[in-house]
This record gives sequence, structure tokens and C-alpha cells, in this order.
Amino acid sequence: MSPFIIIALREFTTRVKNKTFLIMSILGPIGLGALIVIPSLLSGGDEDPKKLLVVDNSYLLVGTETISEHSFQYLNPEEFDETLAISAVREKEIYDGLLFLPPSENGDPDFILRNTRLYSKGDIGIDLTRDIERRLGKLATEEKLKINGVDPSIVKNSTTVVNIKNLNLTENGSEASSLLLKMAIGFGASFFIYMFVFLYAAQIMRGVIEEKTSRIIEVIITSVKPTQLLLGKIIGIAGVGLLQFLILITFSTLIYYIAGSLILESDITQITSAQISSAGEIKNGGNQGTINQIIEGINSLNIASLIGFFIFYFLGGYLLYGALFAAVGSAVDAEADTQQFMIPLTIPLLITLMLTTTMMQEPNGSLAMWLSFIPFSSPLAMMVRLPFGGVQTWEIVLSMLLLITGFLGTTWISAKIYRVGILTYGKKASYKDLYKWLRRK
Amino acid sequence: MNAIESFGIDKQYENHVALHPLDISIPEGSVFGLLGPNGAGKTTLLRIINQIISPDNGSVSFYGQNIRSSHSHQIGYLPEERGLYKKMKVGEQSMYLAQLKGLSRKESRKRLHWWFKKWELETWWDKKVEELSKGMAQKIQFIITVIHEPKLLIFDEPFSGLDPVNAALIRDEMLRIKEEGATIVLSTHRMESVEELCSHIALLNHGEKILDGTVNEIRESHRNGNFRLSYRSNEPITLSLPEQAEISQNLRDFNKGICIAEIQSMKLNSSEIISVLAPQVDTIRFEEIIPSMNDIFIKSVKK
Repeated sequence: MSPFIIIALREFTTRVKNKTFLIMSILGPIGLGALIVIPSLLSGGDEDPKKLLVVDNSYLLVGTETISEHSFQYLNPEEFDETLAISAVREKEIYDGLLFLPPSENGDPDFILRNTRLYSKGDIGIDLTRDIERRLGKLATEEKLKINGVDPSIVKNSTTVVNIKNLNLTENGSEASSLLLKMAIGFGASFFIYMFVFLYAAQIMRGVIEEKTSRIIEVIITSVKPTQLLLGKIIGIAGVGLLQFLILITFSTLIYYIAGSLILESDITQITSAQISSAGEIKNGGNQGTINQIIEGINSLNIASLIGFFIFYFLGGYLLYGALFAAVGSAVDAEADTQQFMIPLTIPLLITLMLTTTMMQEPNGSLAMWLSFIPFSSPLAMMVRLPFGGVQTWEIVLSMLLLITGFLGTTWISAKIYRVGILTYGKKASYKDLYKWLRRK
Repeated sequence: MNAIESFGIDKQYENHVALHPLDISIPEGSVFGLLGPNGAGKTTLLRIINQIISPDNGSVSFYGQNIRSSHSHQIGYLPEERGLYKKMKVGEQSMYLAQLKGLSRKESRKRLHWWFKKWELETWWDKKVEELSKGMAQKIQFIITVIHEPKLLIFDEPFSGLDPVNAALIRDEMLRIKEEGATIVLSTHRMESVEELCSHIALLNHGEKILDGTVNEIRESHRNGNFRLSYRSNEPITLSLPEQAEISQNLRDFNKGICIAEIQSMKLNSSEIISVLAPQVDTIRFEEIIPSMNDIFIKSVKK
């Protein structure tokens, strides 16, 4: 077996066997899944049913049905004024709050709504508050229509729900698009690349420093060339990164499908109840449209090719920066000394990350285009552009070629610094030293 | 044949010369002592031989061939600054390093088990390196250096940090390996091990070779005609000597009833002197004082 493979295998296996890897591989997808699932669970109305006392002086709510599983206990407004009702809620454990509607003046619904109060013990939940607001708003609107002599059923029958379908013109016809989804994917992909590149490039650096400070480097380079060791290390750690990414993708896909089916199911039940009650119809209708759009959007984006590009740009960025990080590691005796070299290395990617929003406003504009060519920023910039489509094939090819040239270049430079750096102890290296090492025969 | 022969190799760094053009011959089958004070260029020379760095000029041959990277598997090098992966298990790590030297997995395992059994280290196999003492780690490093049975072995300060028992263990192993036909280069400051082990030496100072040859030749050439006579007497006795010899000192020893005379003569040999002195005193011991490698080292470096 070639020493290069032996080295890469060691780098790979020692890291994969490490507990940190295991924890990251489990927690990563769970964290990502939680990010997707928790908000939908929270908004899914999964809260405890609340028991409210209602003093309805204007008789607006009385006689209408309850809001989902919450229950309303109506009090006689002639017996209970606001203060008395509040003390009733305070005294009785089972009630969570009090909804107080004042008597109307001149039958003005707006006056009632302005002075309606919801008292609660503890958190009543944002959803219930909104549902009450919506219900009252709807009832008040009906009242106003009646005052003006309009039959509310006419208005109801005339209400139209509009969901414009966004379509992207492509070479193969048209496909559904979702701007928000594209932005999310662009952000997500570029942020992940940023994180992965630094996470794994820093691992290379730490590995180099470890070998240098423990002096095992002296033993190893008697049997293998420094370049072989450097490349073996870079490739081995790249393997760890890829494995981690594949685990993440597999789990996330699973979670996406599971969560997707959960959301759809709950959505359907909501729609059914909405049809019966006719309350909140507009909201649910809109909701369903969005979810359909997301799913349609995800299906329309070529996820497989996006993942392919992600892997390429992650690897490219990692190789480009990883080689430089290795050179930094070889030039220092301890991780604490890396600061002065690290800052210039982190800045290009950081700036690109900060520019993602600007680039998204014009994904095929000149800023985004140039940044997607420069190897130091292209891994992020291209991942921002790709989900939006419209990137010309020649642009992708050029960007990829430049990135490959870029990492071959940084690897070549780093190998030269590395081979001298690993044998230099004690003295803190300066940029001038690095330049001298680079030129040393 | 020479295991290593260098022709005018030199090495210059940005602000200092590490090695002046150097010719050195390491005969096959010898134990070659590479001596010199700190910063003399020993490590640079060893790194050039190991092809870790390349000389600015000149060339090195290995058993008559121009040295090339494929020769590195026939060289075993124990560097002075040496370490192991702290978090890795001893066995795993030994396997890794053995494979890097070109052995197959199977062969590595076989040979390592042989060594671990020989030195009764089997219980260490699953221990992490950080649990080992310095001497223990040293033994592992020695095994790794010789595991691929190279033709040329280079040890840089192999005894540092070892107790006398383990130092003797390593020394005996080195001699056994030498008997099997390997050439050994020993770089050390411990002159007693040079005298004990080395057949040849080269002394470097400030990147230049200031002395080389066989140990006997060098010591012979550093003879300075000093002889020492110990005899029984409570007071120094006035001695009469041949013309070409003179007494530099004649004193009572710390031990009661013994006196020591130091005689200086460049022309006469021991038997010529003792034949004159023997009838005059009750001789305990008479010897020629040949400078030790330590004396030669200090004297040559100071020059």
C-alpha cells in the first residue's frame, strides 16, 4: 500500500472513531431536523386547551361556537362587572383567563373591539389570542355589513383566494419557483460550506501542530516525503468531512420527508375544520398554498445536482483553505501562535458570507458573478447563485476550473512552506520567514 | 564498500552555513560515531543522508549507488527529537509506522509481536502512548527504527533518557544488529559509548569535519608520550631515567604507601621505559596514558 493511502486511512479512522465525530454526526442532523420540525410543531396548535371566562356585554360572541379545543364559560354581564369577573378568575384554579367585552355604544363594533380585554394567568398563547382577534374581527365585519345593509353571505360568496404560481422560464420550459426557498437554500448552503471549510481546515492545522509539537513528524518524514504526509492528511480529513456531510444529508432527507408528511396531514385536518366552521378560511387557504409551493419548489429545484455542486464546492474550498491552514500549522509551535496568519485566511470567506444577501438581490449581477469566479470566494458565492438558476454553463465550468487551479496552487505553495516549517522550532515565524521558506531549494 | 559516501556536500541557510563542503565515508559494517558539539551540523548531515533535506551542492552515495528516495526503506533513523502520537494506542501506532516503512500489514504485525514478546512489552499493545514513561516510549521508537531490518541504521542520541539497564538492552541489540551485517551510525555526546561501541568516528565542528578515522588510529595519533608508574613506597623515590625521558611529576598518592610518577617521553615506548624503572621500585602498575575520546573531543573542538 502506498504511504499516501496509509496516512489518509489513519487520519480518517482516528477521527471517525473519535467520540466528537459520533456526537457531531448524531447531534448535527437532530439539530438540523429540530430547526425544521420545531417551528411547525409550535405553530401546529399543539398547546393545552384553555378555559376562559367570558363577559360579553355586547352579545357579540355569545352563541358562536368555541375556538378549536378551548372552552368559553359565559358569565351573565348583568351579574358580573369587570372587577368581579377578574376576582372570579383569580379565585378559581381551573380558569386560565378572562375575556371582557364592554357594552357597545351606539352599536359601534369598533368601540367594542378597541376596549376588549384579555386577562390571563400565565401565558395564554399567541395562537389563542390571534384566533380570538380573528373571530371578533370577522363578527364585527359582519355587524358593520349588516349596519350598512349588506348581506354578509354575499360578501362571503364573493371572497376569492388568490395564490399566484411563480414560474421560472428555463431552457426546458417553465418550472415552479419559490423565491424564499431559493434564498433559504442559498443561505444554508453557503453557511454550511463556510462552517465545514473552517471546521475541517482547522482540523488539518491542529493535526500538523500536534505532529510538530509531539515531534512524531521527525520520525514519520524519515520514511515518507513531507508532501505525501501533507496530502494524505488533507485527503483523510476530507473523507471525514464528506462522511459527516453524507450522514447529515441522509438524516435530513429522512427528517424532511417525515416532517413533510406530518405538516401535510395536520394541514388537511385544518382545512376540513375550516370548511365546516368557515372561520379562518382565508388563513388556512393561504397556508396550504405556501406549503404546496415549498414542496413544489423543492421538487422543481434539481436537488441532486445542487448536492453535487455543494460537494464539489465544499471540497474545493476545503482543499484551497485546508492547504493554507496546514502551512500555518507547520509555521507555529502552538495553536495560540496561529492568530496572525489566521486572520487574512478567514477574511475572504467571511466577507463573502456577509455579502450573500447583496448577491441574492441580483444573483446574476456582476458582484455575484465575479465572486463566483475568484477561488477564495467562489465556494460560497456559487452556492448562493446556483439555486436561483440562470447561471450559464460556461460560468460554472470557469468557476470550477479556477477553483481547481486555486487549490492546486495553494497546495503547491503550502507544501513548500510545510516541508521547512515542520522542522523549524522555537522561533516564531514571520511572513518574511514564510517567504524565505517558500523560496528555499 | 562504503555504506555512505558523501562528496563535497554543503548546506547553507538564510543567515548561516550549516555544513561546509564535506567528504565523509561510512564503511559498510562499521559502527560509525558522528561526534561534535551542539550546532556542529550533525543533524543537517543526518537529514541529508535521510533525504529529508537536500544539499545545496555535492552528492551522497548509498552502497555505491547515487542515493534516491527508494533507498529510504533501507535506512532506519532514530532522530534526536522524536515523538509519538500521544492519543494513539501503542500497537496501532507501531503498526502504522511499520507500514509507512514499506512493510505489509501482516509482516508488520508478525515482526512487532516478535519484538514485543522479546522485550516483554505485550501488555503495552493496547495502552495509549501518553501512559508510557519516556524510557518505554524510547524502546518503542527503537523497535520502529529497526523493524524493517534496514542495511543502514542511524541513531541520534539513542541512550538519552534511558536507565542503565535499558541502555544496555539497546546497546546489546545494536551490536547484535551490527553482527547481522548492518552498518550503524551513532551520533552522541556520550564519549564512553563511543569508545565502547564505535569502530570509526568523524568529528564535526562549525559545519566542518575536523577529525576522522578509526577509533584506534585517532587515539594512536593523539598519543602524547605520557606514562604513569605506580609503586609501593611511603615517600617518592628519586628515579633515574634514560636520556629521552623525563619525570613530570612524582608524588605520594592519596592511598597510603603508594606513589605515582608521571613520565614524559615522545621517543621511547613502554617496554623501554619500564625496563629501566623496574629494578628501581616495587612496581604496582605501569601504563601509557592514551587520551580518551573525551579528551580528544574537547581538545580538537577547542583548537
